[in-house]
Amino acid sequence: MKNIGLVAYLDIRESLRAKWFYVYAFVFGGLMGLFFISGITDSVVMGFTGLSRLLLVFIQVTIIILPIFILITTVKSIAGDRESNVLEYMLSFPVSLREYYWGKLLGRFATVFFPVIVALFVGVVWGLGKGGEMPWGMIFLYSALIFALCTLFLGIAFFISTLVKSHDVALGLSFTVWIVLLAFIDVALIGLMMQNRVSDELILTLAMLNPLEAFRIGAIALFDPELTVIGPVAYYLLDTLGHTLLMLYAVLYPVLLGIVFALLGFWAFKKRDLL
Amino acid sequence: MAAIVEAKNVVKTFMGVRVLDDVSLRIDPGEKVAMVGPNGAGKTTLVRSLLGFYHIDGGTIRVAGHDPIKARTDVLREVSFIPQLPPPVRLSVSELLTFIERSTGTPQARIVAQAEAMELDIRSHRHKPFFKLSGGMKQKLLIAIALARRSRLFVFDEPTANLDPAAREHFYRLLSSLDYEHATIFITHRVEEIEGLANRKVTMDLGKVVEDETL
Repeated sequence: MKNIGLVAYLDIRESLRAKWFYVYAFVFGGLMGLFFISGITDSVVMGFTGLSRLLLVFIQVTIIILPIFILITTVKSIAGDRESNVLEYMLSFPVSLREYYWGKLLGRFATVFFPVIVALFVGVVWGLGKGGEMPWGMIFLYSALIFALCTLFLGIAFFISTLVKSHDVALGLSFTVWIVLLAFIDVALIGLMMQNRVSDELILTLAMLNPLEAFRIGAIALFDPELTVIGPVAYYLLDTLGHTLLMLYAVLYPVLLGIVFALLGFWAFKKRDLL
Repeated sequence: MAAIVEAKNVVKTFMGVRVLDDVSLRIDPGEKVAMVGPNGAGKTTLVRSLLGFYHIDGGTIRVAGHDPIKARTDVLREVSFIPQLPPPVRLSVSELLTFIERSTGTPQARIVAQAEAMELDIRSHRHKPFFKLSGGMKQKLLIAIALARRSRLFVFDEPTANLDPAAREHFYRLLSSLDYEHATIFITHRVEEIEGLANRKVTMDLGKVVEDETL
């Protein structure tokens, strides 16, 4: 495993030189900047204000846009490497598939995780500068949620990249995954429930299995312990699991799912043709 | 003498089409094989199978005594490969050389010396991304890397396609001057391009070896 760090390091170096990284960092940095300019810290909505409100809005937007960024940039670069024969050349050296795959995943994790976490901390510093209090619990939870979000979608992206050889199909599949996950959050499922076409249990199960639902619940649970502003799945989970287990579900379930997808991707990488 | 490449009854199918159809081939140390044939003959598929990129559907392959799938890194330690077109690697030249040094144990100084023998000054381009070098420079660097590794088997896929006549001469001269026993596979459309370098010609067509002659 001596080359895993080398592959990760080189992937980071390569990403830091790529255009997608600048767009990615600009979007999350810019988002925070936009919040400062628009005075979000000074407004009050549903009882949330100051630094808490800034971080809440940031995490809500992150939950929507981070997945598609990770999915598209990752499958694009990996499928692109395969189509342009970069993968063929780099894998013609005696680096094991294990070192290459996990090294790439670690490197990519660093490049997608740190810009978002840095943006979060910039927001915290700005909020403190305006006289807010250090929201330790929130920072810890949101860092954990961003970590989980990155793990999950990198796992899915690597799985798609090893399964699908064509660049265009991989992009299309990534977009479909994102849309499906967005569609199956409980707010969208309420419509179905109200029409009584599908059983309530099925709708609750679908929403619970959706990791984006877990992130939404995790993000809001600190502010609204009764989860009154979120849909029926959150309320059901709170009632069944209790607050602590609910928070663990929000962080651990996506991480586990991401690891499972990454392992499946590695299995496919080893067992299928590389090119 | 132990063969460096031993393929027996190799079959590879893509979407129902037999791209390699019962191919058997033995290459011994010292042999310089020109592998010729039209597009779609199976040359690239065979080479990719030797390098462990493809899982074959039938038969066996041994490279330096190892299975390319089960002992991939053992095989690749013995093989240097040059693709037909330099891939657009986004690493800088320096990073690429670091990767090669750490993964193969080839000292960077040896690669630099080989590049100089090809009239390529790497030092002034160390911080440039590899893909930003000119086509000829990229090909020279790939050749320098391959030769510096001092492998037991070289696999060259149209290695001189991007080189001017002078660079082509340098390449031939360097290859001829390697002072240890090795085998070489040249994938080429025009055997006359490597005249004098090859001592055996293997012709493939429709996934089969149709001719195998000593030159």
